[in-house]
Amino acid sequence: MESGSGEGTGGFSAMDDYETLISTTDADLLKRSWRNEKAAPEILQFESSLVQRSREQIQLMEETVEEFMKNGEDPLTVSLYQMDIDRTLFLLRSYLRTRLQKIEKFMFHIQKTADLWARLSREEQKFAKRSIEDMKQHLEQSVSNKLPDRYKSHLKQSVISEEDDMVMEPKLDAFVICRTRKFLGSLPVDDSGEENPLDMYAGDIYALRYKSIKPLIETGQLDLV
Amino acid sequence: MSGQSDPRCSTFSAAELEFLAEDETMEIVPNLRMERLSLISGDFGPFRPQIATQVPIWLAVALKKRGKCTIRPPDWMSVEKLTLVLEAERDSASSFEALPFHYVEISRLLFDHARDDIPDVYMVRSLIEDIKDVRFHKIGTGLEKLSSRTYAMKLNLSAMEVNVIRPFVTGGLETFYKLGNPEMIQESERQEYRRPQAADRGPRRELRR
Repeated sequence: MESGSGEGTGGFSAMDDYETLISTTDADLLKRSWRNEKAAPEILQFESSLVQRSREQIQLMEETVEEFMKNGEDPLTVSLYQMDIDRTLFLLRSYLRTRLQKIEKFMFHIQKTADLWARLSREEQKFAKRSIEDMKQHLEQSVSNKLPDRYKSHLKQSVISEEDDMVMEPKLDAFVICRTRKFLGSLPVDDSGEENPLDMYAGDIYALRYKSIKPLIETGQLDLV
Repeated sequence: MSGQSDPRCSTFSAAELEFLAEDETMEIVPNLRMERLSLISGDFGPFRPQIATQVPIWLAVALKKRGKCTIRPPDWMSVEKLTLVLEAERDSASSFEALPFHYVEISRLLFDHARDDIPDVYMVRSLIEDIKDVRFHKIGTGLEKLSSRTYAMKLNLSAMEVNVIRPFVTGGLETFYKLGNPEMIQESERQEYRRPQAADRGPRRELRR
């Protein structure tokens, strides 16, 4: 890990903290994806190559640890390697769990929206399909089939609803807290007609509406905190 | 875990913030000899007695617990520097001093595990507590200024502070936004979780005890 400009040098400007994050080791990327996924109100693009690489690295490490234990290597070294594996595993698992949580919450909406559906991995899509089947069946058996005919759908409140108003959608207008990675210049942050662009310098922290900064997160210029 | 259904919980728990902070690097002076560690998080070492080296905090704490090193506290954790910071915080009513992003978590970790490596540890600890209090107080007065005109807020705070005020700030800004934009109210009503609306059953009667 590039630790050159870490805490030890004594400078405590926000930039120093940030230099260490700019390095793009897989561990850092995983951490960033985890943070963004946790803080974003909607589900983000699945980082399939990152997850694959992390899985492989973890597996390699686990094999190394097994060999160490067989060769009677110093138990301290073994435990340190194990700690590192545990930390990475936690990140990976928590990342996947957060995504599953979001899928469970917004499953009907994700199925309807092609763009969101494309953000899921193949396993997640299978999971989503099964959850939808189960949920639909559950709702129908316990509630919808007992309601009068015009109200039976699990997607619409009643036959006369114009849209699928029973489907829960993520709140893209939610405010999130984000941090800039580098100088971004002024951005028109509010789209309701007020042209008050914000000057965003490196390392600044803002609370903004998620919708306004969505494209910036995707390109990695902002991090959710 | 998967059931953080309490909407008042902040996105990250304190333990998760500490986890993030543990990746920050710290200087240690090992008293053992160990070969290079090629971990997933990076390469560290080799470790030679009395030769300082940089490692992430989780590694430093693990070694310290086994008595294999001493931790050198970061420069910003000295009594002099902290006193300066505290005075600057007290002098300015609205701006925050530049402190490391994870200063709360790092100082906590060091107090818990490396108390004997910090000179004047009680002084340092009380200074950091005071700095935390002054900053929180400033945050409180700053939040009172939230109004319907606010659509974005700039806060240069540390990770723990941001996390603690996150639910309040995001909730407050959202409510202001919804109240200030009547045409958005209809949209967002569909998006929110529908709370069952109790039918109005007429004037309430006092329940007989």
